[in-house]
Amino acid sequence: MAKRVVIDPIPRIEGHLRIEVEVENGKVKDAWSSGTLFRGFEIILQGRDPRDAWFITQRICGVCPVSHGHTSTMGLEDAFKVTPPDNARIIRNLIEGAQFVHSHILWFYHLNALDYVDVVSALQAKPKEKSLQEVQARVKKFVESGQLGPFANGYWGHPGYKLPPDLNLLAVAHYLEALEMQKEASAVVAQLGGKMPMHMSTPPGGTTFVPTVEVMDNVIWRLKRLQQWVDTVFLPDVLAIAPYYIQYAGIGKGVGNYLSWGVFDDPSFDPKKRLLPRGAIFDGKLAVSDVDGKMVTEYVDHSWFTAECGNKMPMEGRTEPKFTKMGDTKYTWLKAPRIKDHPMEVGALSRVLVAYVSGNAKVKSMVDGTLAALGQAGHPEVLLSVLGRIAARALETKLVIDGMLDWTGELLANLKAGKTQTYALNDVPEKGQGIGLWEAPRGALAHYNVIEGKKLKNYQCVVPTTWNASPRDHKGVRGPIEEALVGTPVADPDKPLEVLRVVHSFDPCIACAVHIIHPVTNEVKAFRVV
Amino acid sequence: MLTKRGYGLSRRDFIRLAGGTVAALGLSGTLTPKLARAIEKAAAGRPKVVWLHFASDTGCTESFIKSDHPSAGELVLDILSVDYHESIMAAAGKQADEVLAKAVAGKDYICVVEGGIPTVPGHGMIGGREMLAIAKEVCGNAKAVVAIGSCAVDGGVPAAKPNPSRILGVGEALGMKVVNLPCCPVNPEWLIGTVVYVLTMGKLPELDKKGRPLMFYGRKIHDNCPRRTHFDGGRFVEQFGSKEEAQGYCLYKMGCKGPEAWSECPKTRWNSKESWCIEIGSPCLGCSENRWTDNFAPFYGKLANVSLPFGDVTADKIGVGIAIATGAAIVGHAVVKASRGKSADDSKK
Repeated sequence: MAKRVVIDPIPRIEGHLRIEVEVENGKVKDAWSSGTLFRGFEIILQGRDPRDAWFITQRICGVCPVSHGHTSTMGLEDAFKVTPPDNARIIRNLIEGAQFVHSHILWFYHLNALDYVDVVSALQAKPKEKSLQEVQARVKKFVESGQLGPFANGYWGHPGYKLPPDLNLLAVAHYLEALEMQKEASAVVAQLGGKMPMHMSTPPGGTTFVPTVEVMDNVIWRLKRLQQWVDTVFLPDVLAIAPYYIQYAGIGKGVGNYLSWGVFDDPSFDPKKRLLPRGAIFDGKLAVSDVDGKMVTEYVDHSWFTAECGNKMPMEGRTEPKFTKMGDTKYTWLKAPRIKDHPMEVGALSRVLVAYVSGNAKVKSMVDGTLAALGQAGHPEVLLSVLGRIAARALETKLVIDGMLDWTGELLANLKAGKTQTYALNDVPEKGQGIGLWEAPRGALAHYNVIEGKKLKNYQCVVPTTWNASPRDHKGVRGPIEEALVGTPVADPDKPLEVLRVVHSFDPCIACAVHIIHPVTNEVKAFRVV
Repeated sequence: MLTKRGYGLSRRDFIRLAGGTVAALGLSGTLTPKLARAIEKAAAGRPKVVWLHFASDTGCTESFIKSDHPSAGELVLDILSVDYHESIMAAAGKQADEVLAKAVAGKDYICVVEGGIPTVPGHGMIGGREMLAIAKEVCGNAKAVVAIGSCAVDGGVPAAKPNPSRILGVGEALGMKVVNLPCCPVNPEWLIGTVVYVLTMGKLPELDKKGRPLMFYGRKIHDNCPRRTHFDGGRFVEQFGSKEEAQGYCLYKMGCKGPEAWSECPKTRWNSKESWCIEIGSPCLGCSENRWTDNFAPFYGKLANVSLPFGDVTADKIGVGIAIATGAAIVGHAVVKASRGKSADDSKK
């Protein structure tokens, strides 16, 4: 008999996500994903000076503010008709890259790992290395204190945890090390952008930061430390843990459509030549299609908006709320974005797949090498899974950190050649519109702006988690997380560890997804979670 | 590659740790032994923290995990007992609810609030409950409430006009006294400094009229800005990326809100003291001030009520400023002090 299970709050994500699943015969039969917090960024932006948008939209998400800032700036540059100088391109790539590295480390070790690593089991390890003995003693003291803090009431001892004690201990040690490493990556953003989160240096036209050799030395030193850690800790951890959870190469596939707007520009500013290129894959086929921002349509059939808000391209987007109640028909404040009526998965897996299928030599070699290491050589289709999403983020971290060291070389070469320009003069046009298409660590990010009378008339964002945590659309087709949950085995509905694994594999970010809200609200009094 | 820092805290480690905290607080080193004793005592039964997330973007949690004095790892494992924190906790769904209920029943915790509180029903829900109801219960039972970041202080960016979810700061929404630590995000050293102060001294630090600890919000950014001598000397950046920027001239004409923003940013700096907004050529947004998103917009616009030492000097006249800078630097502070705008002084009241 089917049993409804609600998980709210979902921990270790950004924002407030509610997941409801129907479990029957030990498997998820159906799933619903809901966002439950509403702010009002698009409304707040209306009527403001367009140049303020990149500061304000960074506050949509404190986990990937850099990406919002850059996407906003690029959309404004599209409207202002200004091209940033080459040094600005490189500096933005470096700031963005540092955020990617920070975000992926944080996600793997601090948001995702507790679904796979049993902290309590680490006490049974018998480490030979002194440093691991110290970590174990620290954990022992912690557990014996009886105050488990953030580790209290986890699903410890669940049969779904498969790692041996020694590997659990190693992972706990690396959990602590990773806290230092994400800080190191963030310090790179601070060097080039003043602070992280909410960097300050990349307005429309270029950067306010004027590079010096001294700062670049500091950045390079940090990047080399990070690169070494990614090579010797992060990637080996993923390869060591994956074999114990190899069944997750067959769980959580999702909708089979993948979108990447592309990220990290090369000198041509051609999105197909980005380090991770633009493109879309439909129906799991190994072919890449061209995409642009005008192909996006948003639907609201299962969201709390008026029917007039549906079937719109974001540039003409409308957001008129109409709350009814929490139910199977209407159950979320997220719209359902689609490309040619396809729900699209976004994120590292999508980017890596698009690069792989586009024939990117380095990505191909890294992906094929990883598949071979996991005994899956010649089977890239196993990447379309929970495990594939984990592997893709690790590989992407390596790709980005290596790219960053290349870009520091490009910047120093420019400075040596006397090319010092970082900013191109620009002005707000009387009238115009622009689209910024870029990637946050969590996936495809688009900002649309419409300017009239030198003020913002409309501003809409279509963000990664709106794609991934999308509800059903006008045809009743589920969003990627919902679809990925269907078929997931659940050993104990009271401890739905497997559901968390599937959801976390998308790295959801709900503040980002639910940024749209309206002032009319008396109707929402009826809002209660079933 | 394992870092040794903080693994198995000994008394020596505590004192080193305490030393770092004292440095972060800008307090005298004579406090060190007292602080060390307080933290040692705490280590026997770690003080409990319940951390709530409301209408925020998690930027303050992101800021917190980049802390250095002490590090997030030390705080979470060795010093505090962070019993509830949705971004880092293992427990989900009903197991998370159980953790929160147990913590609240104890009434012996410090409550840290990240994010403002939506007051329109249905605009902010966790586990089927209104955020406002959760805030009333959890903050009401806490030993102390610390509102971190602009959102928790006064609603922050999502409460900017027209504030669609009618989001309020914690103090205002609950009608209670809280410690306010504004800025977007909070500087982690101010948060930890405040928590350590409460643990060490057994009372709240001295607050200004807006509930901000004077030790972190007692001075204007402008008064401690490394570019201040350029302001006094009439040397201004008038275009991003220019040679004037390369020389670190004053950013006032690019929209800097430093003359009306109260915070220790120039001293504490950000990300392990690596940098801060003005160092990379950006004007200060004034994010330590109430309603900064509305009151200081447009961000690249000049403040209205600030008088310049030499009038409105343009770039081609900067030479004039330089010529008389030596003498002016001495009288500059007095001139500016005398001509400060009304609103700047108002913010202090």
